[in-house]
Amino acid sequence: MELNFEHVKGVNKGDIKLYALSTCGWCGKTKELLNDLGVEFNYIYVDLLEGDPRQQAIEEVKKFNKNCSFPTIVINNEKAIVGFKENEIREVFS
Amino acid sequence: MYENMPEEKINKKYEILKKDAQAGGYIINPDVDFTKKLVKGLLVNEDRYGYQACPCRISTGIKQEDLDIICPCDYRDSDLNDYGACYCALYVSQEIAEGKKKVESIPDRRPVEEERKMQKENKIESISSLKYPIWRCKVCGYLCARDNPPEICPICKAKKDRFERFL
Repeated sequence: MELNFEHVKGVNKGDIKLYALSTCGWCGKTKELLNDLGVEFNYIYVDLLEGDPRQQAIEEVKKFNKNCSFPTIVINNEKAIVGFKENEIREVFS
Repeated sequence: MYENMPEEKINKKYEILKKDAQAGGYIINPDVDFTKKLVKGLLVNEDRYGYQACPCRISTGIKQEDLDIICPCDYRDSDLNDYGACYCALYVSQEIAEGKKKVESIPDRRPVEEERKMQKENKIESISSLKYPIWRCKVCGYLCARDNPPEICPICKAKKDRFERFL
């Protein structure tokens, strides 16, 4: 089953998925930064999901970040940036 | 669905939190906009889960499983000590409050789910010859010797269920 991500238009820098919580300050800052960098990305607020989609999102995050902490950015289904790591995010997406 | 939470409610909660923090020797993040978003998150969680779960961690919706992340979480003091801020950066150190150090996103020290379950199962009842058991508040470290923990921690106001038997 495909999760229902929100799409943000921008420059294509690969498949970028942001798993976030709607209530989390660092998640908000991460989303803002991606917006500012003008990259194309998809995001989902895991706390707003219920039942199976919520569990699925948690499992997807755990694949890259066993702590299941937020924000987690998954890039090309290969690697992840965990937490609001401003410098790393700028480096990877600039 | 929580877009319409009244500003007034958030401001009121913010003021209470700020006052309580100061009374207990804690400081909330002076970045007011950032902090108010977290305060809103606490209110949202109170609304949907019935307890003020950490806004920066995923909740199960089951209070018993989330006791350690009810704000202030069990990890606040250690994170303040090691990083100068709690996981959300709602609470910060004096150094950060004064702008001498930048607040940053920090790793989550909460053990993963499997470890948490194991810790609970492995908790061995301590054998003690003391007249009373010693209870420890997991939020602030307050200790007391009595048959049962107090309803509310007299120091940090955490509820009874945040206490563990210490001795």
